[in-house]
This record gives sequence, C-alpha cells and structure tokens, in this order.
Amino acid sequence: MSDNLSQLDKLENQSIFIIREAYSQFRKVAILWSIGKDSTTLLWLVRKAFFGKIPFPVLHIDTTYKFKEIYDFREKYKTEWGFNLIIAKNEEAISKGMGPDKGKFQCCNELKTIALKQAIAKHGFRALYLGIRRDEHGIRAKERVFSPRDEDFEWDYKNQPPELWDQYKTKAADEEHLRVHPLLGWREIDVWEYVKRENIPVVDLYFAKNGKRYRSIGCETCCMPIDSDADTIDKVVEELKTSKISERSGRAQDKEDDYMMQKLRSLGYM
Amino acid sequence: MDVLSFVIVGHVDHGKSTLIGRLLYDTDSLPPDKIEEVRKASAQQGKQTEFAYLLDHLEEERKQGITIDTTQVFFKTDKRRYVIIDAPGHVEFVKNMITGASQAEAAVLIVDVNEGVKEQTKRHSYMLSLLGMHQVVVVLNKMDLVDFSQNSFNTIKKDVEEWFRTINIESTLCIPISAINGDNVTRKSKNMSWYTGPTFLQSLDSLQNRQLPQDKSLLFPIQDVYKIDGKRINVGRVESGFIEKGIEIKILPDGRVTKVSSIEKFLENTDKAIASECIGITTAESVFLDRGNVACLPGAEPVLTDSIPANIFWMAKQKFSKDQKLTIRCATQETSCRIETINKRINSSTLEVIEENGEVLENLEVAEVIIKTKKPVAIKNFNDVQELGRFVLVRDENICAGGIIIMVN
Repeated sequence: MSDNLSQLDKLENQSIFIIREAYSQFRKVAILWSIGKDSTTLLWLVRKAFFGKIPFPVLHIDTTYKFKEIYDFREKYKTEWGFNLIIAKNEEAISKGMGPDKGKFQCCNELKTIALKQAIAKHGFRALYLGIRRDEHGIRAKERVFSPRDEDFEWDYKNQPPELWDQYKTKAADEEHLRVHPLLGWREIDVWEYVKRENIPVVDLYFAKNGKRYRSIGCETCCMPIDSDADTIDKVVEELKTSKISERSGRAQDKEDDYMMQKLRSLGYM
Repeated sequence: MDVLSFVIVGHVDHGKSTLIGRLLYDTDSLPPDKIEEVRKASAQQGKQTEFAYLLDHLEEERKQGITIDTTQVFFKTDKRRYVIIDAPGHVEFVKNMITGASQAEAAVLIVDVNEGVKEQTKRHSYMLSLLGMHQVVVVLNKMDLVDFSQNSFNTIKKDVEEWFRTINIESTLCIPISAINGDNVTRKSKNMSWYTGPTFLQSLDSLQNRQLPQDKSLLFPIQDVYKIDGKRINVGRVESGFIEKGIEIKILPDGRVTKVSSIEKFLENTDKAIASECIGITTAESVFLDRGNVACLPGAEPVLTDSIPANIFWMAKQKFSKDQKLTIRCATQETSCRIETINKRINSSTLEVIEENGEVLENLEVAEVIIKTKKPVAIKNFNDVQELGRFVLVRDENICAGGIIIMVN
C-alpha cells in the first residue's frame, strides 16, 4: 500500500469501518440486496470486511416484478459467493394481485416496505445494511449513517440522533431496528469507478443495448431506460461525467408527488 | 482529485441554504430536472425560485422555510471536489449542526450583514472552535440589503473578528456577498468595487485538506475479532502512524507485548497499513485481543488513565445531574463513567460562566469536567491525535454529549 490513499480507497475504508462497527454492535444483522449496482457494491464491501465469509444473511425483497436479468444475477452470485440468501415476499398482497396498476405508492409500500417488515419480524434482525447514497435524492441526503426506525417502522426525520465523528447511535429499547448506510458518502460516479476498479459484476441492464440503458434498476414495471450508447463501464463513467440528468429520473417513486419519497420513507421505505 | 468537506454554519435565516443553492447553480452542478423540481415546489409554496429548496427537502422544511437537519451535497471546481455540509441554524437543531460540523475539514460562517452577530453565530463558531476547526471562512451575506455599503461590512467584520479572538479562531478571510443575487459567490460583484479579495468560490480553493496523523506513532484500536479459517483476525482501523508485519506491538490496557505476524486484507497481499486503513492483523503468540484493546508501539504508548480532563458540550434536552451514570466511547473503547467534577458550566453563546463546581448540565452548555471511568482508557490530547482525543458520552443508548480531551502536562 502506498503512502497516499486515493479517494476510492478512502471511501472503501470508511465503508468497511461502518460495516464492521454495525456488526460489532448488533451481530443479528442482514444486508438488503436489491441487486442494483449500489447494493451489489455494498455486498462486495461486506465480503471485503469479512474476508469473503459473510457472517449474516443477504436479504432480497422480491416484489415479483423485477427484471429477469435481476433474478438470474441473484442465483448466479448466490452460488459463486456462497452466502445465505433470504428471499422475502409479501405473499398475501401478491396473491391478491397487488401491482403498480393499483397505485404506485400503494404497491411500493405493500410489496417492499411491508415485505421488509415481515422479514424483520420473522428473523429478528436488529440492524439492516442498505446501499443508499446521499446524492441520490435530497431526502436521502438527510440520513444518518446509523438511522433508527421505531416500532411502527417510522423514520423520525425531525429528531435524528446526533452522530459525532465515527460514533454512531446504538439501539434503544423502543426502536424496532437500525438502518446502517455504509455508502452514504459515495456518489454515483464513485460507485461506477469502484465497480470498474474492483471488477465487481453488475446486472447488464446498466449497459446500453439498441441506444437505451438503465441508470437505476428496480421493478421492470416502474423503471424507464435512458437514451445512451454507453455499453461498457468506461463509457458509463464517461457518460456520467458529462450527463446533466439526475440518476433517478427514470424512477416512478420520485415523480408522482413532491413528497412521495418522504412519505414512503417515513413509513419505512428504503 | 482531492475532496474537501466543509460545513456552513450560522444563525437561522442568515442564508446558508441559499448560499449553497446559489453555489451549485452558478457552478453548473445541477441537473435541469432538479432545477425544474425546485421551481415547481417553490411555485407551490407561492414563492420565487427558492435556492434553499435544493437542500431543504423535507416538507416541513419547505413549509416553514428553515433547515431542520444537516445535509450533504457535492460539487467540484477545476481544483478539486467538495462535499458541502449544510447545518441548520435554528437553536432547536444545534445537535444536527454539531453532527454536520464533526464531519467537516473546514467551515464557513455566514452572517447576515443587516442583523450582525447573533446568538447562533456565536454558538456555532464556538462549537467549531471546540471541535478543533482551524479553517473558517467568514461570509457577510445580504449585502444587497445595505446597498453594498463598505461601512456596514466593516462594522460587522470587526464584530466577528472580535468574537473570534475571544474563542480562539483565526480567520483570514471575510467576504461580502449577496447569495440570492450571486454577488462575490462565484463571480466578482460589480456592486462592490471596494472589495478586492477573493470570491467565495476562490476562497474555498484556498482551504487545506486535513492531514491524517500518518507521521504520529501507531495507534490501532481493535474493532472486532473474527475467526476465519482457523485464524483469529483482529480487525480495526489504523488511527495514527502505520503498522507493519513483523513489528512488536504493545496491547493496552494490560500491556502485553506481541508481534504482528500478518496484515490481512481480503484478496490483497500487504505487509503495511497506514492511518485510516481498515485492516486485520494476526499476532505471533495466540494472544486474545478484544474490542477496545489498543495496539501501540512499546515506548510510545498513549496515556492510560481512569481520569479524563475534557471540555464537553451537552446536547440532550434532558438535563444531566452528577449522580447519573454514563457510558464513554472513545474510538472503540467503551466503559461506564461518571462526571466527577464540573469545574465550569459555560453558556455556549455568551461564554458566560454559569457556575463553578456545578452539579448539573443543561442542553447546549459547555463544561470543563473531569470524567472518572470504570476501566482505564487509552487517550491522547485532542491536538495531538484527534482520533483518541475525542469521545462521546452516552445515556440510555443516546449520545448526549461530545468531548475533547485536554491534558496539561
């Protein structure tokens, strides 16, 4: 190791510190893996933090509306990286036909937030790792690294605990769980540059086919591709350096209403 | 490219969020759809395009026109990248301001030239001083409201400088701006030809990155111990100096000496790690380390003590009284403690001494204290190695105070 760490090294070290800190505090944790580039990067950092042996489950909240490529990717790396994968679905809502046509807010809440609640209750997780970043959305920019959720799963954004230097909140009795955000300080371009440097596999929906690519992925029903010819990581990085369009412009949750993200998040959405 | 993080502090309504919004807008750091979103949201609230909305995203923040919580945004110049930490100016949210400031390498203090030095102007800058912030740029905002008058600027500048001398902050730059119109933010103002100094943006480029304590002696607090493939790997972050395979280390608090047999990083072969790196080590003899142990070099140990002299700032609504038990966390060390002596209770906005030999502490007070810990803690002077010179106090699982260690030899 040279005597000068690059910005990516600094981000990596900071994230690994946070990951280890949360595990040391809580032990009963899980990482939320949406299989997008951010949570896959987070999973990669978790592998690094634990020398390849992830000591807790990897949780995928499955709305059943995800892209086929996402499911394929999940199965491949589950085997290759050898972790304990938990797939959580809100079976009841799915069997009743919940979908984006019933209302996007309703659908996100039922199939993601409630499914997550069910999984936490079932497995008794005390903390969850999430790959959210401050530069994704103004609401996420307000987040703490360790962010408590109460028993109703609510985010009390008006009264967040202080977080000094690298000293974080630990769990208090009336709190349901803590959200841990090791990638909070990363930017979209940092993630891509790191993906490139580390050769982290990502779903190929991010790379252009026929002039279109996805910049942010989730459910097939609620993601729109952008116009792009970036069909390699290098081209994606180059595109981001010049792009004037925000990352989540193709995501429906951010559009419907000015405060939809805040409302979803205060109910426990990621 | 280097990255520098700076926090913007100051009294409520003096224009922090507006300045950041203006800075992002003028440096072309905003996607058109963000600008459109802000324009729309401003119109919904019956306002002109409100730059502050770029940061104030919470519904309550926009409706009330204030910042509630700290937020971070990014932008860059030709010289480097920046993380801007916006901190709320309302007295209600001082803990959020401190959270923001503790993550920053430099600070910008904004003062409304029309209103002058106010309660939070003083409190925030005093907190910066306590947090060891040495680089503070002052901007006097709303120059448009005083007709860009040099006299008004000089009057308030003098007040700020006087206050800074009291709290021991050296500031070299004081810039007249109008954030709302962009005067001297990124462009030299045509309305203030009397001002010959740098624009706000130029002043940022002159700030220095914080140096990591690489040249100090090794401090490696153990964060956790993993058993992997039959090996006990002691993980942690090198907080100062460096660590190398083969060197002798001393483990505090008990003082055992052992050798580093390997430096562990996943998929990497390395024999050395420097300050800020997160690594694992294995040791020669099978010594059992635990979280909270601190590895150092024999002969260059930090102070090991159960009596910690410090300045603390209390930031919990519920007051503290000396019979309450607390937990102290310093790096990865954690033990129960009590505050044995409250030498002085200080009003953090007037610096007035409220009481000597106090029994209680109220929200927002600063105090000179001696903390008695149950188990000995390895500490450094804050000015020497910050990472072991600062701590938090925890009550009922909530961080209720931050502290800076000041030992007099």
